[in-house]
Amino acid sequence: MSVSPQPAMPKSWRVESKPHKFCPGCGHGLVLKCLGEAIDELGIQDRVVFGCDIGCSLLSWDFFNCDSVQTHHGRTTPVMTGIKRANPDLICIAYMGDGGGYAIGVGGIVNAAARNEKVTVILANNTVYAMTGGQMSPCTMPGQKVETAPYGRDPEATGMPTQGPEMIAAITGDGAYVARGTTANLKQLKSYIKKALQTQMEGKGFSFVEALAACPTNWRTNAEKTWAFVEKEMPQYYKVGEKKNPFEAKKEAQQNG
Amino acid sequence: MSEKPITGEKRAFMTGNEVVAWAALAAGADIMYGYPITPQNEIMHYWTRQIPKYGRKFLQTEDELSAGFTTVGGVLAGLRAFTATAGPGNTLMQEPMSMAEMMRLPTVTIVQQRGGPSTATVIYSQQEVTLTTMGGNGEGLRIVYSPSNHQELFDYTIKAFNTAWKYRFPTFVLGDGYQAKMRESVTLYDPAERGIEMVPTEKYVGKPGTPGVDRDPGHYRNTYNTEEELFEVLQKHFADYEKMAPEVVEYAQEAVEDADLVIVAHGVVFRGVRDAVKELRAEGLKVGYFRPITLRPFPAEQLKAVANKAKKLLIAESAQGQLARLIKDAIYGASAEIVPMFRPGVGITTEQIVAKVKEAL
Repeated sequence: MSVSPQPAMPKSWRVESKPHKFCPGCGHGLVLKCLGEAIDELGIQDRVVFGCDIGCSLLSWDFFNCDSVQTHHGRTTPVMTGIKRANPDLICIAYMGDGGGYAIGVGGIVNAAARNEKVTVILANNTVYAMTGGQMSPCTMPGQKVETAPYGRDPEATGMPTQGPEMIAAITGDGAYVARGTTANLKQLKSYIKKALQTQMEGKGFSFVEALAACPTNWRTNAEKTWAFVEKEMPQYYKVGEKKNPFEAKKEAQQNG
Repeated sequence: MSEKPITGEKRAFMTGNEVVAWAALAAGADIMYGYPITPQNEIMHYWTRQIPKYGRKFLQTEDELSAGFTTVGGVLAGLRAFTATAGPGNTLMQEPMSMAEMMRLPTVTIVQQRGGPSTATVIYSQQEVTLTTMGGNGEGLRIVYSPSNHQELFDYTIKAFNTAWKYRFPTFVLGDGYQAKMRESVTLYDPAERGIEMVPTEKYVGKPGTPGVDRDPGHYRNTYNTEEELFEVLQKHFADYEKMAPEVVEYAQEAVEDADLVIVAHGVVFRGVRDAVKELRAEGLKVGYFRPITLRPFPAEQLKAVANKAKKLLIAESAQGQLARLIKDAIYGASAEIVPMFRPGVGITTEQIVAKVKEAL
């Protein structure tokens, strides 16, 4: 029996940049594994342009054997939009965290969504600004203790967490794909990412997948508590599932004759 | 669809913004990304009216951040991409342009200066010199042309695409509200017919072949892990910039050889200066002018030579000393005394310059 020196990796991953640069237990590796497998299964490695934001997501700038651009904080959606508009044959993927997507880059995301830009946004929601040391992000849960809300997030003072996919589903036109998956269900998350990419490949509209992800470093949680937060606590507020699915809409329309 | 926008030489009487749109068409610009702000709006208006005929593209974004970053995306995809802005829009534009600086992306940006700071006026100024030459959290690794009339607006907009793609630094054409909005005679032409070869573009992303199989992936970043890593990258950029500067620097000077006083001005203010020098010379006064056409890189040596001969340099600008700062930096140690003529946000007439020179002599 031969022993593989490497664990099974998606073909589109760049072996030379592994092991990756994320902390132990980080959710990014899982999301990017789903993305890598989706790219492999769709056979689009030669057409993908992968854009990553500032924050921990930037550590993926050399993650794939795909053309990749590391941009500024919150600016990955417009850069990918600019590329897509210039060359519609490319499959443009903007990868970011919840701070980059829902705070500093929300103008870019909302307007790209409203224009139904044919790009795919994948957003890892780990409820904190992780790279900068665990400050409150748009997705910090009520009561959650973070560096800039050391006594817990007070919704009275700081509002309720952002419901990204719900917001994007509300403003996108027909053809858009919007879902929230979780790193606690990788099979499902991969199927969402795959459908998002298919939405772009078929030119249907904007596609968006939020992935619930862990940050044990900043949460300061052990494995058990980390998993409990991702698997049990986060989905209580962040409902996992598809919010908008052009493939289902088509099926329904066919069934209704 | 792919017919040439201009064949032969076409005399026209049009606004500067219309001139810029025609220049971009003639230069083979593929796509414009823009956001409305006065006084540059008509560049977008004329561009969007003409492009269906020539198969070019346009995207109106949600702000100048996105206008700049989508322009960056267009360049990454290998297109001649450009944007246009002014005033507070130029402030926002500095973020994407600093990324272009770090990643050596040949973006082209037209700036039609308006009053500042803040919203100020939508009319005119030369108050975006510091911002356009040195904006962003960087070192001013960019090229800035300052045209003074519509013909130059046409010529230098075409040239901007070539300089950008040849040297891979973000390039700016720094106009102003007067040039943007007034009508003037201009000769439009196809660059090829004048022997101007457009520098070919290159894809950064989306080259043929599968990355990791047929070719290396393009991995582009602007973040570095260590001080030394950044330092090394910047030294390479500085060396490229230094090497480029003598090839790119442009200026004009007249009557400086025996001049007691040399007037320094750029952009539309230079027009008044040129006429003033003619008038003063006719009166027998020893006055000349020096006009930087590139504000970055700055014609430093050339001006320093002038500043070591003339007794006085009169700096005339529609800003409170933004050109003067570039000049002082360039001529440090020269013997000429500096006489300021700063009129921030307002125009400067020939008569005012003549009067100021007589007072200073």
